[in-house]
Amino acid sequence: MSEEERFRRHQEELKNNIFLTTVDAVYNWGRKSSVWPVFFGLACCAIEMISAATARYDFSRFGMEIMRASPRQADLMIVAGTITHKMAPAVLRIYEQMPEPKYVLAMGSCATNGGPFPSYAVLQGADEILPVDVYVPGCPVRPEALLDGFMMLHDKIMDQSIKTVPWYQKEDQPAKGEETPR
Amino acid sequence: MTNNEILAKLKVNFPDAIVAVPELIDFTVVIKPDMLVDVATYLRDACNLDYLADLTAVDHPDRFEVVYHFFSIAEETCEPFVLKVYLKDKENPSVASITPLWQGAYYQECEVYDLMGIRFSGHPNLKRILLWDGFEGHPLRKDYQNRTFTYEELRPTNPEEAR
Repeated sequence: MSEEERFRRHQEELKNNIFLTTVDAVYNWGRKSSVWPVFFGLACCAIEMISAATARYDFSRFGMEIMRASPRQADLMIVAGTITHKMAPAVLRIYEQMPEPKYVLAMGSCATNGGPFPSYAVLQGADEILPVDVYVPGCPVRPEALLDGFMMLHDKIMDQSIKTVPWYQKEDQPAKGEETPR
Repeated sequence: MTNNEILAKLKVNFPDAIVAVPELIDFTVVIKPDMLVDVATYLRDACNLDYLADLTAVDHPDRFEVVYHFFSIAEETCEPFVLKVYLKDKENPSVASITPLWQGAYYQECEVYDLMGIRFSGHPNLKRILLWDGFEGHPLRKDYQNRTFTYEELRPTNPEEAR
């Protein structure tokens, strides 16, 4: 092997390993530090979500203070409250308007499994229509618990790799090891 | 005019209409369903009961009750005058609409129809208000079997479906 070829291989190796890993860390750190939620609540949990945004609990510490009023500018959907069957298509529509990458946090008992409403009118959990990333139980959820859910979401974002995330694949197909959206 | 005075006037003017005057917490008069519009018109015009505060229904084993709560804003009454009708037909209960007399009955009659399945003849636009057309059954009836639905099960009937 010539000197030149060894150098080229070395470059290749660097490109494949060290360089990309670093990008993952920086890229994910950047993404997790500015998750923008949709400003959207369905029931009483929304009040706790609002109080988590106030000065006392203050989720702007994590770069989340910009709650977008439009789903087209947001990347986190906090499903805060009871999803009735009449509301479910609207919730789904909001989710589908959000650009990738997007995450869903099911907040409270109702959004995780229907909660205290085993009834004809209520959807039994947001995961029937949405790919939920983090479930936060509680009725309603305390702001501390919601912040803990955000931490879990941050961990999840940090674990993703730019190589395998579905929204950077050539084909519009989910890559191996990544969860399938819907 | 107190509720007792109203009852005395009803007894004079509609002797056949009154079915019962049960002893309940609120002052209640039960009348025959086919006399409802006549009695209600009289209550509004002659007895000054100009405000319909509530219109609801109750499911009993042998009958449906439609319940009307009246107040008089002109006379500032603070006791409701409660009017009830008993509907013996448990399959297809029907009673005259009072929407032409009190506009406030419009949505309440829609809601009673939606959840209890009582039809109001003469209502200008009687349709489901909380649930959607195509939903099967009337959930507040005692014989309604409550169950949960998946999203896919209700999707074909739900017109709010976005796609």
